[in-house]
Amino acid sequence: MSFQPVHFYQTGTFTVGNRLLSPEERSVQANLERTNSLNSGHRACQGCGEALGARYAIDAAMNAARGRLIAANATGCLEVFSTPYPETSWQIPWIHSLFGNTAAVATGIAAAIKVKRQQGQMADVRVVAQGGDGGTTDIGFGCLSGMFERNDDVLYICYDNGGYMNTGVQRSSATPPAARTATTMPVGPEPGNAFGQGKFVPAIAMAHEIPYVATATVADLRDLEHKVTKAMGIRGARYIHILVPCPLGWGAASQDTILLARLAKETGIFPVFEAEHGEVTGVLKIRRQQPVDAYLKLQKRYAHLFGKKPAVETIARLQAAADKNIRKYGLLDQEAN
Amino acid sequence: MDKPFAITLDPGSSLANRTGSWRTSRPVYLDRLPPCNKQCPAGEDIQGWLFHAESGDYESAWRHLTKDNPFPAIMGRVCYHTCEGACNRGRLDEAVGINSVEHFLGDEALKRGWKLTPPASDSGKHVLVVGAGPSGMSAAYHLRRFGHRVTVYEAGPLLGGMMRFGIPKYRLPRDILEAEMQRVVELGVTVKLNNKVENILDTMREGKFDAAFLAVGAHIGKRAMIPAGDAAKVIDAISLLRSMEGEDKPMLGRRVVVYGGGNTAIDVARTAKRMGAEPLIVYRRTREKMPAHDFEVEEAMQEGIMVKWLSTIKQAHESSLTIEKMALDSKGFPQPTGEFETIEADSLVLALGQDVDLGLLEGVPGLQVSDGVVQVGANMMTGHPGIFAGGDMVPAERNVTVGIGHGKQAARHIDAWLRDEEYTPPPQREVAVFENLNTWYYADAPKTVRPMLDIIRRQSTFDEVQGGLDESNALFEARRCLSCGNCFECDNCYGVCPDNAVIKLGPGKRFQFNYDYCKGCGMCVAECPCGAIKMEAEEI
Repeated sequence: MSFQPVHFYQTGTFTVGNRLLSPEERSVQANLERTNSLNSGHRACQGCGEALGARYAIDAAMNAARGRLIAANATGCLEVFSTPYPETSWQIPWIHSLFGNTAAVATGIAAAIKVKRQQGQMADVRVVAQGGDGGTTDIGFGCLSGMFERNDDVLYICYDNGGYMNTGVQRSSATPPAARTATTMPVGPEPGNAFGQGKFVPAIAMAHEIPYVATATVADLRDLEHKVTKAMGIRGARYIHILVPCPLGWGAASQDTILLARLAKETGIFPVFEAEHGEVTGVLKIRRQQPVDAYLKLQKRYAHLFGKKPAVETIARLQAAADKNIRKYGLLDQEAN
Repeated sequence: MDKPFAITLDPGSSLANRTGSWRTSRPVYLDRLPPCNKQCPAGEDIQGWLFHAESGDYESAWRHLTKDNPFPAIMGRVCYHTCEGACNRGRLDEAVGINSVEHFLGDEALKRGWKLTPPASDSGKHVLVVGAGPSGMSAAYHLRRFGHRVTVYEAGPLLGGMMRFGIPKYRLPRDILEAEMQRVVELGVTVKLNNKVENILDTMREGKFDAAFLAVGAHIGKRAMIPAGDAAKVIDAISLLRSMEGEDKPMLGRRVVVYGGGNTAIDVARTAKRMGAEPLIVYRRTREKMPAHDFEVEEAMQEGIMVKWLSTIKQAHESSLTIEKMALDSKGFPQPTGEFETIEADSLVLALGQDVDLGLLEGVPGLQVSDGVVQVGANMMTGHPGIFAGGDMVPAERNVTVGIGHGKQAARHIDAWLRDEEYTPPPQREVAVFENLNTWYYADAPKTVRPMLDIIRRQSTFDEVQGGLDESNALFEARRCLSCGNCFECDNCYGVCPDNAVIKLGPGKRFQFNYDYCKGCGMCVAECPCGAIKMEAEEI
């Protein structure tokens, strides 16, 4: 199994921390001395899933690398809201790349470290590249694939919120079907993003047979931290794809960010798994299965499905896609149900 | 200005950007009142003591518990634990076994010899308590803790009142009862056994008491007008249960008929069963209408006790009874049908309720009695200044827990009255309802059930029917508590804040919001498992 085994503490078993757990069993986020890699004062919207996911992931990576970490960051929300010149929220060595070349920049940093280490001028420092789904699945995809096939020693983290949110919610190749954006069909028989388009980059990363690929959400902190820690223990190209709900782009209430991430996993819409060398080695099982409606209804980008005449067929297609994920990845625990 | 090309400003931290100014509503921590605490007739802070028990600190748990109720080992056996009916966990899987954890803590205290905290000061006042039952001894405990001298007058030969003379041994072993009573006496409470107060005003004057708390209980079995032949053996339930405490056990014969449908009727039938008799309960209504608690009826049935529903006893003969069948009318009241039958009976026990012996109150000015009980105000004081009353002798539900609660209430008011003040209870907190919780974070955990004595021994001996939990499963059970409305330091708010605007203050100190940066997204409120945070509109 991919996730950290949960000790049976009834109160707060799935919480961030727990006063009843011994310190080594607690999450990085529960620690008083966590890095807070992405500090207060950043300009992300209220309830930003990406700001949360980035702190979760980079704090865990900092913890695993004992504070010796450099991050390259693609253009996108994360860069814009965290680093308006001359201020920055980052409390780690951090470099802003172009929109499309962050994987290549990280490769370069890793190569430089390698040379310096060979010359005995530097102790080990690890490299993380990070970007949104636009910078990863669209604009930076060539550089990313190159980093994978060369097996460069970089952990690439993609924060997937399903669109170009900081420029006004345009469609990306990670926008899910039927979701409305500024650049999808606003009206007509099937408004929203078309079915049959887009791509699921974790599967493409797996096709490169790199050492480690994983998906995660901001709703399962322990699973996310476990995966980042595991990835940091491996050399070579690694890829983690984190689902980060966007209250602005999804048209959701700011307090529902974690709930939406949880529902994406519990409905089967977003499969949470990990893979090594192209093979799936573990999945995070659905704990309390929900129909896709529960997830869709909370978001205005799907509001057109629930009007006076609900788009029953479209909802059924989305449910079928979720069911396909459940079958494909074995997301339901047969014994438990 | 020695800066690289095109750079004109010094690097700065985003901490300069006070994003808290975006906020239109703010999260605030609060302690809501858990439904169990709200329900408890003895006013126990159940969630509070379970919190200590969860970390295995049983002594702190016991000390927290005994601030409100000095008798956890007794409570763990005889309390009807309505708290569990109110428990929010009941809507998730099953209610937390509060009563069984209390049982464990009570036994643990007796095993380890933990003592109650002695009073810190001496007020110089002397309070009389009449009756050494649950209410009287609870009042004595709390009054003593306030620093008053306390003398308890008890008409009977032993401590415990109705807990000893009304509750059978198989539910409450006498060594447990005695030990918890003695622990209160050890605080410096004077007890005068076999000392019936004949006139309260005389006793108060002679003993120079500053105030009195009356809790004499209801010890007189009610009689029904049943024509009985000379040879018919008819006794009342409470006398029967009392005689079980003496050397001479009552002679009931083989076929014992118990008349009534309350808990006392069940107690008598189960006692008779253990004495080798074949008890039959006769009750005029149906099982649904029976006032006895469901689990007690269930346990009695398991032990092979038979019940004749919808029947009244018309006449008692030497070895038989005439019974009339009843039928419920449209309003649910039993009405006679005119159909009679005869059943064999060697004795008839009447369990039709109890009255209070109010002899000691004769001639007390201002005191009001109606429906056979003493009227008291919200402060538990009777119409006569300085005389307070509680337990079965005042209008309320009659059970041990209510009595203990009265004792505590009265003690607080007596303490204030002795200082010419008025006790004002702290303002009620808002209740933590199920909707305040985020139950995602609690793992599924079925209730741990206490072991039951095997059925053969239940039918033939007075051994305790319900066993206790051991350390490991008591801990498990305590940890099932959802901590409704009260922070248990799970770090969720600290973790889920996208703005890093929650300050963790360290173990036991909880958290604080950093309103300089909190944008008011409300995620901490939504993800708090126990509902200890709420949003408040910001004044703009």
